[in-house]
Amino acid sequence: MTATAGERLGRLLNLVPYLLARPGILVADAAADLGVSERQLREDLELLWVCGLPGYGPGDLIDMAFDGDRVTVTYDAGIDRPLRLTHEEALALIVALRMLAQVPGGADLPGGTGSSREAVERALAKIESAAGDAAAGLPVAVRLPGSAGAERVAQLQAAVQHRHALRMTYYTATRDELTERVVDPMRVLLVGGHAYLEAWCRRAEAVRMFRVDRIDECTELDEPANPPADVRPSDVRDTVFTPSPELPLVTLRVGRWARWITEYYPCEQVVEESPDRWLVSLRASDLAWARRLVLGLGTEVTVVDPPDLLEAVQREAREALSAYGRRV
Amino acid sequence: MSRSRTERLVNLVICLLATRRYLTAAQIAATVPGYEHDTSDPREHEAFQRKFERDKAELRDLGVPLETGTTSVFDSEPGYRIARRDYALPDVRLEPDETAAVGIAARLWQHAGMAAAASSGLLKLRAAGVDVDVSATLGVEPLVTADPAFEPLQSAARVRQEVRFDYRTPEDDVAHSRRLQPWGVVSWRGRWYVVGWDLDRQATRSFRMSRVVGRVTPVGAPGAFTPPDDLDLFGHVSKWSTPVEHPNRATVLLRPGRAAGVRRRGESVVPGPDGDRVELRYSDPDSFARWLVGYGADVVVLEPDEVRKAIVARLRDVVESLSEPADGDSPAPRQIAGAESAAGVRG
Repeated sequence: MTATAGERLGRLLNLVPYLLARPGILVADAAADLGVSERQLREDLELLWVCGLPGYGPGDLIDMAFDGDRVTVTYDAGIDRPLRLTHEEALALIVALRMLAQVPGGADLPGGTGSSREAVERALAKIESAAGDAAAGLPVAVRLPGSAGAERVAQLQAAVQHRHALRMTYYTATRDELTERVVDPMRVLLVGGHAYLEAWCRRAEAVRMFRVDRIDECTELDEPANPPADVRPSDVRDTVFTPSPELPLVTLRVGRWARWITEYYPCEQVVEESPDRWLVSLRASDLAWARRLVLGLGTEVTVVDPPDLLEAVQREAREALSAYGRRV
Repeated sequence: MSRSRTERLVNLVICLLATRRYLTAAQIAATVPGYEHDTSDPREHEAFQRKFERDKAELRDLGVPLETGTTSVFDSEPGYRIARRDYALPDVRLEPDETAAVGIAARLWQHAGMAAAASSGLLKLRAAGVDVDVSATLGVEPLVTADPAFEPLQSAARVRQEVRFDYRTPEDDVAHSRRLQPWGVVSWRGRWYVVGWDLDRQATRSFRMSRVVGRVTPVGAPGAFTPPDDLDLFGHVSKWSTPVEHPNRATVLLRPGRAAGVRRRGESVVPGPDGDRVELRYSDPDSFARWLVGYGADVVVLEPDEVRKAIVARLRDVVESLSEPADGDSPAPRQIAGAESAAGVRG
């Protein structure tokens, strides 16, 4: 029993009510809507044609009329409704709608009369009620990061909608610098507890992901956003920051109370040498960033590689200490 | 699945939906094409029974509600039927903006299994006559992820079944087996947690799902416990990360043009001959010092003394540890306050 075989039975039971609700639909449109090839859909229809009520005579079998490329179900043999939602289906739709209901601001949805949040909440209530038992007592609660930054998110979202360029002051944490840049906004994402603006950066001439809480100032320009035509949103899966293998590799020996960095930063490798010594390798986009990280972690880490980093940490610590010495 | 099997299953569903009486296996065999066999031949009969069991399992997997029972007290053998009200998705009427919302929601999942469940749910809504607009966008879209432990934990919470799993925080040397009555799961600041009654600790605990190692094993029967009436899932997760007050003030001296990360948090910046004086607010001197010390000589704390001392101590430790041989004995692990809380949540 393969997964696709089980899918086929489910698809067939769904297909009859789907067509029943859309008399005379183009076979090609139905196939596209249901996510199957036109050929597969025709095979499904052929199979359904020989199924029906006991007796299995001409008046008992599922019947349909073809008119060129269009199809109409003329007899449904009693499968006129789709199956109820399963727990998993109800869970997937309801949790995602609950997340959506938490999104700050929100553009107007097509055909909407109220705010998008109202529409999401109305949809949520209807899906919960249709799911019935499958949604009863769903023990899942969701909350997106708080309202901090909500105004900024709303401003960015407006710029995306208006297709306007933005001028902004952005803090690049890895280089510890503030830069002013003009960007062509593409979309706003909420990933892993942070909001991001994905935009074409005219300064870097590349698509960049900007963390919203690091956008210190921002003005929507009158100028249309004009990202290059061939630019696509990046594939973010579950992490926004995918370290590039070209970046320098930093290897640290990490004590127990700094092991949290292995959860916080994407690491190339973690080797547990002993309970008190983990060898952690991560990509640093900037050596100065790695120096700040290491100094901040203090004696819980030592630098294994590269030697320049070790030297930079030593130099910086001595220099800082002498700066305090001068100012006792 | 062969065409004949699919055909048989579709016919079985239609037959059981149409019947009001419970039909016995023998009656079904005599009715639905594909089950024909010689009932007097034990081998054939056994083959039929196996086939019928597989088919029933297939229907249940798909969520078809097979009902078992007898129509009259004289029936010696239970039969089967499908109640239409349990089978059919109730009427769903969505306004255009609501269908747009559902279309957006269904594509937010980044987890393959949940994404598949969302699309098959969407297909059922389509079959119910809802025309889902898949091109709509909100302008802001949350991407919804899930850890491997998400599905089994929420499922156990739903049916109130105990679970056992191995759990490891970065501070633990090994994973520890935990037994939990899961009350519910929570997404908080982009991470999933399970909240419940920890049977080993005899206390309410929350666990970060990304720290669950390996499989979640259900233990015992469903319905084994009742979550508290006044359950506040967020309360249990967010109490570790309430908004931090910053009641204390510090003055730091920044090298001109340096330490942008400190500068942007400053309340005022006053340039002077020896650097820029910046006022900052902070809460805990030690974590404040940990942040500032990263900036090295670009930042010198002028006051208060508690922060100066914390930074100088850290710098001395670093300078001293660097002059030790790299492979010398490590200092004994420091016991830090609240280490146990790491078993729950750490922001």
